[in-house]
Amino acid sequence: MRVLKKSDIPSSEITPERVYLNRRSFIERSAQLGLAAAFAPGVLAGCEASPRAADAVPAGADGGPQEADWSGVRSELDEKLTPYESVTTYNNFYEFGTGKDDPAKNAGTLRPRPWSIAVEGEVARPAVYDLEDFLAPHKLEDRVYRLRCVEAWSMVIPWRGFPLSELIRRAEPTGNARYLEFTTLLDADQMPGQRRGVLDWPYVEGLRLDEANHPLTLMTTGVYGRDLPNQNGAPLRLVMPWKYGFKSIKSIVKIRFVEEMPGTTWALSAPNEYGFYANVNPEVDHPRWSQASERRLGELRRRETLMFNGYADQVGHMYSDMDLRRFF
Amino acid sequence: MRLSTKSWVAVKTAIWVAALIPAAWLAWDATRGGLGANPIEALQLRTGWWGLVLLTTTLAITPVRRLTGWHSIVRVRRLLGLFAFFYICLHLTNYIVLDQWFDFSMILEDITERPFITVGFAAWLILLSLAITSTRGWIRRLGRKWQRLHRLVYVAAGLGTLHFFWKVKADTREPLVFVAIVAVLLLLRVPGLVPALRRFRWPMRPTRPSTNHG
Repeated sequence: MRVLKKSDIPSSEITPERVYLNRRSFIERSAQLGLAAAFAPGVLAGCEASPRAADAVPAGADGGPQEADWSGVRSELDEKLTPYESVTTYNNFYEFGTGKDDPAKNAGTLRPRPWSIAVEGEVARPAVYDLEDFLAPHKLEDRVYRLRCVEAWSMVIPWRGFPLSELIRRAEPTGNARYLEFTTLLDADQMPGQRRGVLDWPYVEGLRLDEANHPLTLMTTGVYGRDLPNQNGAPLRLVMPWKYGFKSIKSIVKIRFVEEMPGTTWALSAPNEYGFYANVNPEVDHPRWSQASERRLGELRRRETLMFNGYADQVGHMYSDMDLRRFF
Repeated sequence: MRLSTKSWVAVKTAIWVAALIPAAWLAWDATRGGLGANPIEALQLRTGWWGLVLLTTTLAITPVRRLTGWHSIVRVRRLLGLFAFFYICLHLTNYIVLDQWFDFSMILEDITERPFITVGFAAWLILLSLAITSTRGWIRRLGRKWQRLHRLVYVAAGLGTLHFFWKVKADTREPLVFVAIVAVLLLLRVPGLVPALRRFRWPMRPTRPSTNHG
């Protein structure tokens, strides 16, 4: 695995300056805290997580990976990592059943190796990659993010991955590329939940190009310093911490650059309840429940939900001219 | 089927034990961390589920009685209904105390603005009035009005299943099972349907059911 030095490709060349500056301050703050990720490239070796090894919490897990970048979570909010056990046994992954404990029980049928990912559409360099080749150019970092589910519960999770912007740069989008469309594996043998038409399979999610390029958007391969367990979306998923969890699509096999806003699974399933943007917003309720507060797993009292899940400073500018009640 | 007083005591004891098993099981799981990563949600779902199971069981008594002619089974109906109310009270208490922590402005907003909570709360209010008037004294005082009042149990069951149906995000299979059960139990109230069914051969049917008024 090659270590990509920051100087290899100046991000200012591709990323809009505003986002780039934001990323800079993000990295600087991390450095000030002495938490900047400096990872040995081979760190993933031997970190294979068995999907059922929920009790085998990885070394150093009570504090999370020691070098993790905590700047995505504000310490004054008194936030602790959600235990590995909860992160890996309480999941919404309908491809393995609709109960919260179904994915942990049923995801053993998923085979995350070998795995291939297609990058296609409006790009100069479309390709189908083996997972290893896909990951090879990227330096993986550990980042602690909040995860807010649209069902009003939340976690704090140390993810491992690389910024999606690096991949976008590599694919060289054409001038027509305005959105990215992501697709989950479609294979009812590996994902038995797909035998029931609870949702329109395969699961599809999407991002606007600027959202996809945002430095917080993490192409994720691991959690708690080890490879993603199957029930968490092995071997490759997205994490956008300012959006409701259902945007963070799991077990991705295809990334397509498109001109039109893609139709996304939950928004198609119930358009009055789930939108394309799905930004965490305490002021815009779900039609059936309030989004003003949330239950942080492991805590007794509910917490106030924060605008953009607490990432308003970093992401708010992308939506400054939008009516967030309409574009929910 | 004629049972001795002693047998009725045994039947009612068995119902007490059986109806308390889910609560004991919940308590056991709660003390051992067996409720998963979100125990408050698990309590909410499990108490509601058992409330609905017991409510539909209560509703089944009258059709069973008519179909089989075992009239005295009606003696266990109030007990089952009160246990249904017990689980639904646990369900509501969990929501008010552990889920919302007595945030009554939020609770009021939920009841007035979220249809699934509106119908759930309405079902609880109905069951509350039925539980209060379930005593002998109230039966005597209300006379013929009592039966009319207690037919509201069907409304409560309908609202309860609707509450469940509106709550789930996409997987409606389980709520639909309850909808189907309540629909069948309601259908059996259609005049003439039960006599027609009874003309069919019913293996357990006593020879002269009309003598078995309990």
